[in-house]
Amino acid sequence: MKITRLLTDYGMLIVLGLLCAFFSVTTYSDQSPKGAAAAQEVAAAIGQQFGRTPRVLIAVSDQPDDAAFAAGIASALGANGAHIVATAKGGPKEARDALVKIAATGGKIDAIACTQAAGAWLVFADLKADFPSLGDPHVITPPSYRWPNFLKSENLLNIANQIAVIAIVAIGITMVIITGGIDLSVGSLLALSAVLATRFIRDYAGGMEASIGGMLLACIAAIIACGLVGAFSGAMITRFTIPPFIVTLAMMLVGSGLAYTLAKGEAIYQIPDSFVWLGRGADAFSLPNAVVLMLVLYALAHVLMSRTKLGRYLYAVGGNSESARLSGVPVKRVLMFAYIASGLLAGLGGVIMASQLKSGSATYGNMYELFVIAAVVVGGTSLSGGEGKMLGTLTGAFTIAVIQNGMNLTNVESYTQKVVLGLVILGAVLLDKIRQTR
Amino acid sequence: MSESAPLLTMRGIVKSFPGVKALRGVDFTLGAGEVVALMGENGAGKSTLMKVLGGAHQADEGLIAIDGRATPFHSPQDSRHAGVAVIYQEFNLVPGLTATENIFLGQEETRAGFIAQAPERARATALFQRLGVEIDLDLPCRRLTTAQQQLVEIAKALAFDARIIVMDEPSAALTSHEVERLFVIIRELKRQGIGVIYVSHRLDEIFAITDRVVVLRDGINVGERPTNQITRNEMIEMMVGRELKDEFPTRTSAVGPPRLEVSHLTRGRAVQDVSFTVHRGEILALTGLVGAGRTETVRLIFGADRRESGEIRLDGKLLAINSPRDAIQAGLGLLTEDRKLQGLVLGHSVRENFGLPNLERLSRRGFVQLTQEREELAGYIAQLKIKVSDQEQRAGNLSGGNQQKVVLAKWLARNSEVLIFDEPTRGIDVGAKFEIYLLMNALVAAGKSIVMISSELPEVLGMADRILVMHEGRVTGEIADARQATQEQVMSLAHA
Repeated sequence: MKITRLLTDYGMLIVLGLLCAFFSVTTYSDQSPKGAAAAQEVAAAIGQQFGRTPRVLIAVSDQPDDAAFAAGIASALGANGAHIVATAKGGPKEARDALVKIAATGGKIDAIACTQAAGAWLVFADLKADFPSLGDPHVITPPSYRWPNFLKSENLLNIANQIAVIAIVAIGITMVIITGGIDLSVGSLLALSAVLATRFIRDYAGGMEASIGGMLLACIAAIIACGLVGAFSGAMITRFTIPPFIVTLAMMLVGSGLAYTLAKGEAIYQIPDSFVWLGRGADAFSLPNAVVLMLVLYALAHVLMSRTKLGRYLYAVGGNSESARLSGVPVKRVLMFAYIASGLLAGLGGVIMASQLKSGSATYGNMYELFVIAAVVVGGTSLSGGEGKMLGTLTGAFTIAVIQNGMNLTNVESYTQKVVLGLVILGAVLLDKIRQTR
Repeated sequence: MSESAPLLTMRGIVKSFPGVKALRGVDFTLGAGEVVALMGENGAGKSTLMKVLGGAHQADEGLIAIDGRATPFHSPQDSRHAGVAVIYQEFNLVPGLTATENIFLGQEETRAGFIAQAPERARATALFQRLGVEIDLDLPCRRLTTAQQQLVEIAKALAFDARIIVMDEPSAALTSHEVERLFVIIRELKRQGIGVIYVSHRLDEIFAITDRVVVLRDGINVGERPTNQITRNEMIEMMVGRELKDEFPTRTSAVGPPRLEVSHLTRGRAVQDVSFTVHRGEILALTGLVGAGRTETVRLIFGADRRESGEIRLDGKLLAINSPRDAIQAGLGLLTEDRKLQGLVLGHSVRENFGLPNLERLSRRGFVQLTQEREELAGYIAQLKIKVSDQEQRAGNLSGGNQQKVVLAKWLARNSEVLIFDEPTRGIDVGAKFEIYLLMNALVAAGKSIVMISSELPEVLGMADRILVMHEGRVTGEIADARQATQEQVMSLAHA
């Protein structure tokens, strides 16, 4: 009994876990440590092999990771009292130049500290023959290890960051779908919000020199504009009882058209560098800010849906709107809330996307309404309303992201990815149906 | 088979639904060219019997024969094949299609895969000529009058050579002039050898058009007589026929001052100028036939539908009720007739259903106080003896009686001053019924007021202090002392 309940409540979470396990196994491969961590290992190895005062050449490429490696090793070895003879940055040519220079001044080297990639350079292949005067230098590289590409922390954060926008928009749609409705306008609203926010910054907040306050106001204005569109949809649905599908389909066209008109068909990029803070920054525990925002919003939405009066009303309206009305639930106000929330969250998604891409364009969010609905449905929310969980939607969004990411890592073609994704959505809903009929 | 075999013979038809035995061995015959009235109180089993004949329900036991030949009636197709056409009160027409399209729906005449429009039209014209009427064949059915739609249904029945036509309350939505025209057509059908089963509550019509009367009560035949050998009173006695047993708890009524005063309530034809008063500590029964406007009346009081005119006062104070929310806040509660569609959110838990009208009180700063909610519900589960596995059980999985108790708990927790019970014991077993009666008595003893809609006369007589009878949207009578009333008295007011 308990196990079946667990399966029905967290079935999709188990599927997500299995997917992660699957992609972990298929992407299990050799990893070379990078950056400061690799530097520590190499420094330790040199210290062990050559005692207190080794003479060392550092050779790295000009990648950012390698710069961190070089800096790390210099400070670690320096603290041990080692002598850094030279640091060669760039490619094999720079390394050869450094070796030639040391040889010319009669210097000697005990160890060459380098990354795995640099360790494979031909210039280090036969040092004894090429530079006999240098002594007996050993090339020391960080030891490689095996670990799934999928499970690397950069990759996991990447997945979270990529899905943040869809997941945030999905919060609003989950509420709408739980009330028994649908909102097709979110993709267009996302684009509209991105265009509005960037245009406000460019035209009214000072463009490239915009202040933080100015940017904030621009973003809030864009989000509120999307909330107003949501309110309009809600009013049409509650006041004139037009089906939500039709109303939001119309608003999808209106929103997209407005976005293209306002952007004049171009991307708007005249915005300050600091605008990317929301989309690309990572302030807390190296978690991207967009991901932190997503998690906070999900926590709030979960509490709203499971603990508050309003949440209970949203479920009741979707479960049986007549019964809810006769129980005194303000059905129209509840529906208005759902559509306004959906509009606001789509607006927020647009701002985050503009920040991630550091520009605003009317092409953003194309087909997003479908991905968002897919996330909601995969997360176990019934399209007929009255049922569904916020955390289910988060699981659904991550499931879709993990499948896409895993297929990218395993080099599945993007066309094939679409086919797989389509089948996965169908499979998830089928799974749900099967468990319901039991 | 033999020449004398009747057109239709139904023998020993038994049909059970979960918790209810709707038909307990009904016999019914119909001859060619005969019009038979099928009569009985609400819930006597008339509709179920006709649904068995129409193939919508399958009989558990029994035999149906056409021309003396046993015939399977497993589906609407079987029934249609056997020559039976049922014209339900709610017509079975596609509103957007024309009369011709509706008549031939599912049996279209085709030429090389295309619908043969001209021949279909010609046949439709011929059918209407046979009925002696003219119908605009180009209009979508939704733009025809109710009487015309009924003719389309009849034509549809004739189009597949139906020999038995069932008419369920055919006059309910017709004007008296239209009813006359319908009778002309029925006589024409009769002349053509078609058997007609006429289901109606209107005694005048029964006497005007039928040849024979068959009366059902509690799912069994209680009488059958040629129409010209029965009186109106005999017919009512046959339908009611039940003695009042001791199925109602005793109560000493202590009726106080007026509580809820309703005056000149009107909405369309369904509710016309309805006025009444309910007192403190009183149970007022609102009775009448199905479709008399009782449910419609209480929906207006509760703000579920918009009233065209009328005033509602509680303790002398005029109430501005424009939505159920207003009504609930004013202190009214409505236990709807249809628990599944209106009373409960079936997919949600007992606890969530219980909380729904009480969340204002049960929440602090918008957060639902779950502990308080659970404790209160636990109290009602114990008090009302609601059988649930736990509070999280889906309301849809409960029996009818327990569902009704959950609905009751919901309104008791709300502490409403005036409770409206619409058919409170429909589809509930006897034990649970008694508990609900006890509870109603306890409520009025505590000074609450109850408006009870009921079609079951024993319940009306056994529970109410005062009875209001409705007929076709109007109050047609009031019986000030329900204890002195007889079922016959109520029935004759209801048949007005």
